[in-house]
Amino acid sequence: MGGGVEEWTQERTLEKPANQLDLSEEELNEEITRILTSNNPHAPQNIVRYTYKERTYKPMSTVDQLAVHCVLEGNLIHKDSDEARSQRAQQGLIKEKSVESLPSTEVGTDGEKIEFPDEDPGEEAVEMVEGEGGVNEEMGDEESNVRKERKLKNQFNFWDRGSQTLNNPLRQRGNQTELPPRVNFSDTANWCTMYDVYTEELQLQEKNKEKQRTQSSKEDKRETKLVPTETQSDDISKLARVSTNMERMVVQNIFDDIAQDFQYFEDSADEFSEGGTLLPLWKFHYSKAKRLSVTSLCWNQKYQDLFGVGLGSYDFTKQGSGMLLLYTVKNCTFPQYIFSTDSSVMCLDIHTKMSYLVAVGFYDGCVAVYNLKLKTMLPTHKSSVLSGKHTDPVWQVRWQKDDMDNHHNFFSVSSDGRVVSWTLIKNELMHMDIIRLSPEGAETVDSGRCIDFHKEFDNMFLLGTEEGKIHKSSKAYSNHLIQTYNAHNMAVEAVRWNHFHPRVFISCSYDWTVKIWDHTVPTPMFTFDLNAAVGDVSWAPYSSTVFAAVTSDGKVHVFDLNTNKYKALCQQLVVAKDTSQLTHIEFNPVHPIIIVGDDHGYINCFKLSPNLRKKPKEKKGQEPQKGPEAEATKMEKLLNFPHF
Amino acid sequence: MSVEETIKRIQSQKGVQGIIIVNAEVLICNAGIPIKTTLDNSNTVHYAGLIHQLVMKARSTVREIDPQNDLTFLRVRSKKNEIMIAPDKDYFLIVIQNPSE
Repeated sequence: MGGGVEEWTQERTLEKPANQLDLSEEELNEEITRILTSNNPHAPQNIVRYTYKERTYKPMSTVDQLAVHCVLEGNLIHKDSDEARSQRAQQGLIKEKSVESLPSTEVGTDGEKIEFPDEDPGEEAVEMVEGEGGVNEEMGDEESNVRKERKLKNQFNFWDRGSQTLNNPLRQRGNQTELPPRVNFSDTANWCTMYDVYTEELQLQEKNKEKQRTQSSKEDKRETKLVPTETQSDDISKLARVSTNMERMVVQNIFDDIAQDFQYFEDSADEFSEGGTLLPLWKFHYSKAKRLSVTSLCWNQKYQDLFGVGLGSYDFTKQGSGMLLLYTVKNCTFPQYIFSTDSSVMCLDIHTKMSYLVAVGFYDGCVAVYNLKLKTMLPTHKSSVLSGKHTDPVWQVRWQKDDMDNHHNFFSVSSDGRVVSWTLIKNELMHMDIIRLSPEGAETVDSGRCIDFHKEFDNMFLLGTEEGKIHKSSKAYSNHLIQTYNAHNMAVEAVRWNHFHPRVFISCSYDWTVKIWDHTVPTPMFTFDLNAAVGDVSWAPYSSTVFAAVTSDGKVHVFDLNTNKYKALCQQLVVAKDTSQLTHIEFNPVHPIIIVGDDHGYINCFKLSPNLRKKPKEKKGQEPQKGPEAEATKMEKLLNFPHF
Repeated sequence: MSVEETIKRIQSQKGVQGIIIVNAEVLICNAGIPIKTTLDNSNTVHYAGLIHQLVMKARSTVREIDPQNDLTFLRVRSKKNEIMIAPDKDYFLIVIQNPSE
């Protein structure tokens, strides 16, 4: 280096500047050492910066020492770089080609060598030539290779070149929304829920099927297809059934003692005497029916706790509105059904099979049919002047078996002397006169009062008249009376066939008597004088020999002919003697109870004591006879007994 | 015959302390919603809530034994009174009666 400087100084000496120091030889020979440091002499050393951290200016200790004097882009490639590799690859290709060509030349030389093994002197020359030729060949090959390479370039040879583009800056964006409403739902699948789901599904399917069917069958029926949309106006109305149930339960709690009596109480006094007693149970009364008297009673044969009550007035001068009530013994405080009518209800009958059909006869001569299933207060059928209504009060109505065309029909009997058969056809009542007691033009007016049909031969019926006669007639012979009994001195209030014995019937009248007849014999078999006008009489459904009658002095008389042929087993005063009189009586078809109506609209229910409902006697020691045959023979014995 | 009349009659019967009609369709809170009541508010809510649970349990018991069966009436006799519940599909009718009164 020193040499270099010298050299430089030497060169400088040639052009000596004017102000150059003249140095002596010594001075010139003096060694001046210089040290190369990495410090940049131009770099500033006193830089201060303000630090916000300490709020003061502070000297910077580190300064950039790098000084760039020259920048020169080189064309050298690093050995391991990609570029170098690709370059090499290109060259390598060329070399390979050359290598490939070489062996062929060598083979050639060998071949030549083989060919000219003896030509020793010319060998070198040949080799030389060959070598030159080889080089030439190589050169030619190289050229051809380049050419070949260019030729090889075809459209399928493509470049794969990757380059890094600017990455889009990542962006994160968050937003908080309101929480969607959440509900926790948990349930256990029970057997019953599954069942419900299945039944619903089934119903839906059936509905769909029906829909399809109706759509396919008739499209023009759309107008009529107004599906009864469930009215949800009064949502409590769904509770109707439930609330009636509830009322019954509340009433049952209140009248618990009566219910217990009804079920379990038996009068122990009966064991020591022949007579029996009546145990008062429920008392039915409806405040709006206070002034009306009970004109008829009828148990429902299907629902044995339900009975119908006809309310009206027997008094010609006090005619007004009437009422039809249906009570159940389960709720004695309020009727189950209420129908108020314009005219007095004189009679009613509940269909034995269609237990929701109630036939009613009115004082004004109309007959009507009420349907308990419907919610209307109006009758479904009603006779009018045009459709042959009676001209006088209807005293009795009786349902008949359905006719050949399955139409319901019933009979009515009235004071105007006609017995009419009514048939329910759709919304109309078709009438047909069966008997006219007073033929047109006849002087004597014979008017019907009561009717009863034979239990076995339902063609045969008995007709009690206001004149005290009883006619036996048949539906088969129209307007023809088979037999007439001169039964009573006053109007026949009731006439009824025995439930068991086919020949026996009973009748009663206001002339104080109750009479039992054999319909083949014109005179009564038994006559009982009850010392008061008899309003009604009824056979017991459980025994052929038990019957009960009510009298106007407020007494109920219960007879069992099997026990005593002359006297009532029980004569019990059930209402105040001087103020009210009893009008009607009816046995419950199943339970040992009777209902008795009076002329103030009250209905009393009584339980018969054991003596009054004796089963066929077992005192003979034989096997106890049961059934209707036994009952019939029991009656037969009585009839055959020589009587007074 | 309207339900209101029937309920009025029940209310006038001897020993009846209160009548509550509860909506049975309950989804959110696990207690019935009283629609009609003759009791004071706190008692009503108390009765309605508790009885709803009781009825649901009783009904599920009945239905679990036989899915075609259903609960029709529930009587709870206690020392002081009797609670009678008539569950309908959508409503319960609850009557509290003191039968010995």
